[in-house]
Amino acid sequence: MSDYFLSIKKLKLVPFMVLFTSCIENAPMDSLSPEGPYARTIDNLFWLTFWIAVGIFFLVQTVLIVAVIIFRDKPNNPEPKQIHGNTKLELLWTVIPVLILVAIAIPTVKTIFELAKEPENALKVEVVGHQWWFEFKYPQYGITTANVLIIPEDKPVRLEMWSNDVMHNFWVPKLNGKRYLVPGQLTYLNLYADNAGEYWAQCGEFCGLSHSKMRARVISLNSSDFKMWVENEQKEARRPEEGTLAAEGEQVYLNAGCTQCHIINGVWDVQGDRVAPNLTHMASRHVLGGASFKNNPTDLTKWLSNPAAIKPGTFMPNLELTEDEIVALIEYLGTLK
Amino acid sequence: MSKSLQGKKILTVFKRPSSSEGILSWITTVDHKRIGIMYGYAAFFFLLFGGLEALLLRIQLAKPDNDFLSAAEYNAMFTMHGTTMVFLAIMPISAAFFNYLLPLQIGARDVAFPRLNALSYWIWIFGGVFLYSTFIFGTAGAPVGGYLAEEISWLGNAPNGGWFGYQPNASFKYSPGTAMDYWAIGLQILGISSLISAFNFITTILNMRTKGMRLMRMPVFTWMTFAVAFLLAFSLPIIAIALFFVTFDRQFGTTFFLTEGGGDPVLWQHLFWLFGHPEVYILILPAFGIVSEILPTFSRKPLFGYAAIVFAGFGIAFIGFGVWAHHMFASAISPVAQAGFGISTMVIAVPTGVKIFNWLGTIWGGKISLKTPMLFALGFIAMFVIGGLSGVTHSVVPADTQQTDTYYVVAHFHYVLFGGAIFGIFAGLYYWFPKVWGKMYNETLGQLHFWLMIIGFNLTFGPMHWLGLQGQIRRTWVYAEETNLGFWNLIVTIGAFIIALSIIIFMINWSYSRRKGPAALMDPWDARTIEWTIPSPTPVWNFSTPPEVENLDDFWHKKYGEDSEGRAVRRDTADQLLIDLEEDGLNPKNHIELPNPSYFPFILASGLPLLGYAIIYKSIALAGLGVLLLLIGGFGWALEPIEEVTIANPSVSNGGVEDE
Amino acid sequence: MSDHDYPHEPTGVETRKLGMWIFLSTEILFFGTLITTYLIFKGRTFDGIKLEEVYDIPFTSVSSFVLLMSSLTMVLAHNAIEKSDQERANIWLLATASLGAVFLAGQIYEFTEFYHKGFTLTVNIYGSTFYVLTGFHGAHVFIGVVLLVILWGVGKRQEGLSLDGGMNLEFIALYWHFVDIVWIVLFTVVYLI
Repeated sequence: MSDYFLSIKKLKLVPFMVLFTSCIENAPMDSLSPEGPYARTIDNLFWLTFWIAVGIFFLVQTVLIVAVIIFRDKPNNPEPKQIHGNTKLELLWTVIPVLILVAIAIPTVKTIFELAKEPENALKVEVVGHQWWFEFKYPQYGITTANVLIIPEDKPVRLEMWSNDVMHNFWVPKLNGKRYLVPGQLTYLNLYADNAGEYWAQCGEFCGLSHSKMRARVISLNSSDFKMWVENEQKEARRPEEGTLAAEGEQVYLNAGCTQCHIINGVWDVQGDRVAPNLTHMASRHVLGGASFKNNPTDLTKWLSNPAAIKPGTFMPNLELTEDEIVALIEYLGTLK
Repeated sequence: MSKSLQGKKILTVFKRPSSSEGILSWITTVDHKRIGIMYGYAAFFFLLFGGLEALLLRIQLAKPDNDFLSAAEYNAMFTMHGTTMVFLAIMPISAAFFNYLLPLQIGARDVAFPRLNALSYWIWIFGGVFLYSTFIFGTAGAPVGGYLAEEISWLGNAPNGGWFGYQPNASFKYSPGTAMDYWAIGLQILGISSLISAFNFITTILNMRTKGMRLMRMPVFTWMTFAVAFLLAFSLPIIAIALFFVTFDRQFGTTFFLTEGGGDPVLWQHLFWLFGHPEVYILILPAFGIVSEILPTFSRKPLFGYAAIVFAGFGIAFIGFGVWAHHMFASAISPVAQAGFGISTMVIAVPTGVKIFNWLGTIWGGKISLKTPMLFALGFIAMFVIGGLSGVTHSVVPADTQQTDTYYVVAHFHYVLFGGAIFGIFAGLYYWFPKVWGKMYNETLGQLHFWLMIIGFNLTFGPMHWLGLQGQIRRTWVYAEETNLGFWNLIVTIGAFIIALSIIIFMINWSYSRRKGPAALMDPWDARTIEWTIPSPTPVWNFSTPPEVENLDDFWHKKYGEDSEGRAVRRDTADQLLIDLEEDGLNPKNHIELPNPSYFPFILASGLPLLGYAIIYKSIALAGLGVLLLLIGGFGWALEPIEEVTIANPSVSNGGVEDE
Repeated sequence: MSDHDYPHEPTGVETRKLGMWIFLSTEILFFGTLITTYLIFKGRTFDGIKLEEVYDIPFTSVSSFVLLMSSLTMVLAHNAIEKSDQERANIWLLATASLGAVFLAGQIYEFTEFYHKGFTLTVNIYGSTFYVLTGFHGAHVFIGVVLLVILWGVGKRQEGLSLDGGMNLEFIALYWHFVDIVWIVLFTVVYLI
């Protein structure tokens, strides 16, 4: 009978066993595989606390299970001693946790201030949260983009962030923890990647209907690539050649109402007062729509045909474009490298 | 035998209601036991709704980019799931326990203010119905200026700003329609109910204890009730103000949380969590109390460290007011604030740990009987400690900036609220079942319920730990295929359905055993506290004669002495004592005065939802009707006479609940 | 309850009075939150009309004095009922209610003046916080006046308040004094500082 219960009680350990073996491979949003110094500092602190927690977990569960096994009610067992407490034990199990927590608290507080500091020589980038996309501005270079945050490999980046509407947050798990974007206030986050590469980001703060589709990519480029990117971004938009499909597309862009909200530098300015992603170099971005779909003709067609079907609540109206108009428009947009 | 009214002129025309059976007897009851039963059933009903909402969420999340629910429906479902579980399930089930047990555990006839007690219930149920009427009347929509591809179904026309309603997303501009007004006003009504209960219970514990029931002789469940009442009393006014601000912003044009007028949305976060954090201790402390009763009974030894557990409970309650911004570590607060709240959050782990160790000390060296209440109590310890430890990882602020707003947090709070509070509640439901109904539940079904539930629970919430750390954000309607989160999400969904199955088994056990279960003894568990010294089911008058208490665990001391080794030895007088108690309990010899029933709590409470509708639909007529009901209720209440003394009829037991 | 065998109130405080004290302590948090919110926003700079531009301290001081006097008459009413002087108690009750009503009238006049000068509920955050804070206080005064009038009416009908009614007077008095104290804090924080 007790063997049966022994094995049943062991079932309680199963979830924990699973924990060890269950880490997801290749999760692009994995905070447990840091790829930058800030994320790594956090990671180290987490694992320190985690293993202490595991130790306490094992202690408690073992005492629980052993007690239930040894002290099971058997008919011939005597009545138990009516112990009311033990002051020494009380002190022990108050003081020891305090000491453990102090051991965790000291590096915690240190790290809080360390991570909040503005890094030396950092590139300042402004992040503006919108429902449901991220806008990135580089005041030093006069660049405004969206969805894809390009950062240099050779220096840290200081993000200065706020929101245009509701609470959002910006989270690049492989590079750092997340921080809110607040309307009317500024918040800050540091980013620095070990190597050139692409890192996934997402808005973690519930912000309405398309919250789960508010994503971004952070791409770290080596210094020469970064310089090239900056120079390209600073240029005005390319004009398509006369008579091409792209030129037709440009006409569609002008007449369908896109200019109410979107800017194409040097060519089309915003006519209305709503801010939408700057499209000047959108063809160089591989994800669109708050990084919720890829920049390819199929996905872009779906988007242009019915934006609200992809992102419920979107502020982009259905422009009722015909299939031909969409084809031409996509051709035009594809020239905006 | 009417009592003379001492020359007072009669001020009203209505006599007090006098029915003891039928619907009217339930509507007019002020009996704490009946009120407890009503809370319990209604809350369980809402628990099922909350569970259904959760299952819908899990079906949607079972695979990436799923389209089972639309975004609008998903947002409504997770908002209602959270709101329902917190305010309409766990809090009122705790209220059911407080109501039924508190007077019994302190040896009283009823609470200090019985009509106020009934008022609390009616306000609560009207508030819950008001909130859920959103599915019929409420409207939701895209933020002003946004577009939708399809109309929002009835399932989506419900509050959709999260149970925490962050501003400005929950303001009118971003959540147009009436759904979020149902949320704000509904919560306001529910808050009033709990606030009234709070000072009722505080007064009861202070002033209604029986002879010899000194504070340090009270059962731990009573102590936890006391702590919860203080938490409610001091946290609810804060959320009441915050909710007024929300309603005024949405309906009357103020700008408390809107930057356009100089307001501050972060203020909402502070006010909400100033309430919200004590709220989570309100949710868990009753379970702490229940488990502290069950472990000693089923180990046949006293609670280890009674004083430590009591003081730790109050320590947790007190410090609980000082940790609120740990919900805001990633928000706009300074590093100094982060450090301060990180430390206070670590501090609160200490009394929590003290309690856990004392519970282990209770069972160690005992004679452990693994009946269903004990299984759930042990399961509580096992699951709560996991939730508590993940909470400690949250207190490490930099790590929390990775964990917050992900499924890791969802795992944490479900381990403490489900693995903790709900397991504790089930433990209590099985434990006191025989006392309330006079019948015994089926032990085999109880065990089946436990094992299915603990397996399903861990399958559901265990994987959420790594899902969160590896990228799944909260409140996410869909997740992309490339995030590689699909497999474990499917496991989680399967676990959720196993939980649902276990609850069905519980419901079958409960309803069958209530009617056809074997008759239960007065003291089926050989328990320690005085609520077990009265017949099962509880007679309407509770105690025939007010008990006199000489010890902590007084009942146990009357049954058992100790030998030289300190082991319990059953007294010779114990068996006769039980017989006498039961005999005495069923046949009161003394004159007993019970509080009179009243119509007016019901009437007064009915005015509040009307006021709610009046605000939403800008209807003077409804407002007038609501105020009228409040006035009739109030005046009637103040002026109704204390009429003929109700002599308890010995043939009617359990507050008149024979069968319905 | 009223079983003779039950010990009478281990705390020594009558149960309903104890209940009122606890209720009032929750009200401290209620008004505390409102006042804190007011102070938070007062410290910020936002363009727009502010209270300082429209208020009239002398007027509000008189109004405050009236409310303070009503606390005095409340004490006198309580004193009278302790001495079983029913007539006096009734008179002082009516006086308290009247003074409370005068205070409310003053508030209404004041607010109308503010509205005419452009300081409205919805104009900006200063308007919002001011009116909600003082409005809730005013609502509490109003409820107090209503309770006092009812008590006065019951006293008149029964030709005096019984002992039980005397207890009712005591805890309505507690409520009334509380509302007055809140006003003193409010007046200081909002108008004077």
